[in-house]
Amino acid sequence: MAIRTEPFVINMGPQHPSTHGVFRMRLTLDGEVIIDLEPIFGYLHRGIEKIVEGRPYAQIVPITDRLDYLASMTNNLAYVIAVEKLAGIKVPERAEYLRVIMSELQRLASHLIGVGSFLNDCGAYFTPFMYMYREREKIVDLFEMVCGQRLTYNYMRIGGVSHDVPDEFTAALDKFVKTMPAFIDEYDQLLAGNEILLARTKGVGILPKELAINSSASGPVLRGSGVKWDIRKADPYSVYNHLNFDIPTGTVGDCYDRYRVRMEEMRQSVRIIRQAMEQMPAGAVRADVPRLIRPPVGEAYGHIESPKGELGFYVVSDNSIAPYRLHIRPPTLINLTTLRDMIVGWKVADAVIIFGSIDICLGEVDR
Amino acid sequence: MTRALSGQEIGTRLEEKFTGGVIESSQDAVLVKSESLLPVATYLKDTPGLDFDYLANLTAVDYFDYFEVVYHLTSLQHNHSLVLKTRCYGRDNLRLPSVVSLWRGADFQEREIYDLMGISFDGHPNLKRIFLWEGFEGHPLRRDYL
Repeated sequence: MAIRTEPFVINMGPQHPSTHGVFRMRLTLDGEVIIDLEPIFGYLHRGIEKIVEGRPYAQIVPITDRLDYLASMTNNLAYVIAVEKLAGIKVPERAEYLRVIMSELQRLASHLIGVGSFLNDCGAYFTPFMYMYREREKIVDLFEMVCGQRLTYNYMRIGGVSHDVPDEFTAALDKFVKTMPAFIDEYDQLLAGNEILLARTKGVGILPKELAINSSASGPVLRGSGVKWDIRKADPYSVYNHLNFDIPTGTVGDCYDRYRVRMEEMRQSVRIIRQAMEQMPAGAVRADVPRLIRPPVGEAYGHIESPKGELGFYVVSDNSIAPYRLHIRPPTLINLTTLRDMIVGWKVADAVIIFGSIDICLGEVDR
Repeated sequence: MTRALSGQEIGTRLEEKFTGGVIESSQDAVLVKSESLLPVATYLKDTPGLDFDYLANLTAVDYFDYFEVVYHLTSLQHNHSLVLKTRCYGRDNLRLPSVVSLWRGADFQEREIYDLMGISFDGHPNLKRIFLWEGFEGHPLRRDYL
C-alpha cells in the first residue's frame, strides 16, 4: 500500500542564518525535496529611490553607501559615474586611479565575505570565514586610513574623490598587495580540492548559459555560467582600459563554478591594484565642481561591474539641484530571478548552498 | 566599449516595419507606442544583427501627464546597446504589455514598477507587490505620493 503524502510549506527566513539578512524563501516540500519556491522581499525596503528625490546631487553619495553595505565604494562609484555622465564632468586622472584601486579593494573585501559565508553555508563552519575576515579586516583598515570609515565610506565625490590618500597608505597598500596572493593560495590549499566541498557544490544549482543571459544575471553568477561578460572590459569606465586583467569564467554554471570565479577574480583584483599603483600619476584628485550642480535636462544610465554584478544608476535631471528621478539597478535582486529554477528539485540543505552561491546583500535587494 | 546604437537609425527601421508604431526617435532613444511595444521588442531581440538578448535595466519615470517606461537593452553578442521607451497616459488603470516572455530578467523589475509606480503589466506570470505588502495603499514612487 502506498503511503499517502502531501506537500508541506515551510518559511525559511526572514530571520534565518543562511538568508544573509532579512529575506524569506517560501518553500514547498515533498519530503525533503523542494518542489516550489517563492522569494519574498521587502523586509529592508527603505524607499531609497524616493528619499533621494529632492536631495542635492552631492548629498546622495552617503545614501548609496547604504545599498550594498558590503561594497560601499563601488556603490559610490556607480552613482558618481552616472551623474558625471549626465553633467559632463571630467575627472582628474589621479582620481580615476584611486577609484580603481578602491573598487578593486572593495571587490576583494566583498568576495572574501561572499565566499566565506558561502563556505559557511557548505558546512565549513566559520573557520574559512574567519580566515577570510582576517584579510578583509586589513582592507577595511586601508579604507579607514583613506576616509575614516570602516563600512560606509562616502569617499567618492562628483568629479573625483573626497581627498588624496595619506602618506602611510601607499606603504600599507604595497604590503597588502604583496601578501594577499599567498593568502588566496592558502584558502585554495585548505579548500579547493576538499572532497566534501566538491560533493556538495559540483553539479548543484546549475544555471544554464542561455537562462543566465535571458534572466539578466550579471557578475560572478553570469560568468559562472560561462558567459565572458564583464563591464570593466565590455564597456570600460574609469581607467580600466589601461589595465591588463583576465575575466575568469565557469563552464557548467553550478555553485562550484561561481565559487571558483570569485576566487579567481580576487587574484585578478590584486593584479589590477598592482598595475594601478605603478601607473598612478600625481596631481589633483577632484575636479572643480560646485557643491550644488544643475545638470542639463536629460537622463543618463551609468553602470559599473560591482563585486556582485552590474550596478546601474539611471538619473533623470530637470535642471534643478536634485535629481527628478533616480533608479538603482540592483545586481543581486535581478540575480535572484532564477533562484527558483536553480533550487527546485534539490533538498533543503542544498537550497542553503545555492542561495549562498549567488552572494546577495539585502540592503541592495530591497533598497 | 559598448556601442550605443543610434536611436534615429533604429527608429527609422522600426517605422518601416511597424508603420505608426514609433512616436519619435532621437540619438539616445526610441519611443514607441505601447500597443507596438511587444512586437518591437520581439523584433529587436530576434533580428540577426540586432540580437538584443539582454535586458540590462527596466524602470519607469512619472512625468505627471504620463509615465515613461524605459528599457535599457544590450546585446552581449555584438556589444551594443539601445534605449527603448514607451508611455502610458493618465493616472489610473495603467496597462502595458509584459516583456517577461522575451526576457525573464523583467520579472522582478516589472513587479517593482507595479508596486511602486502602479503600472500593470499584462501577461506577467506573477504580478503582485514585491517590496510593500498586499493591502498597501498607493504607489510611493509617484510624484504626487507624499
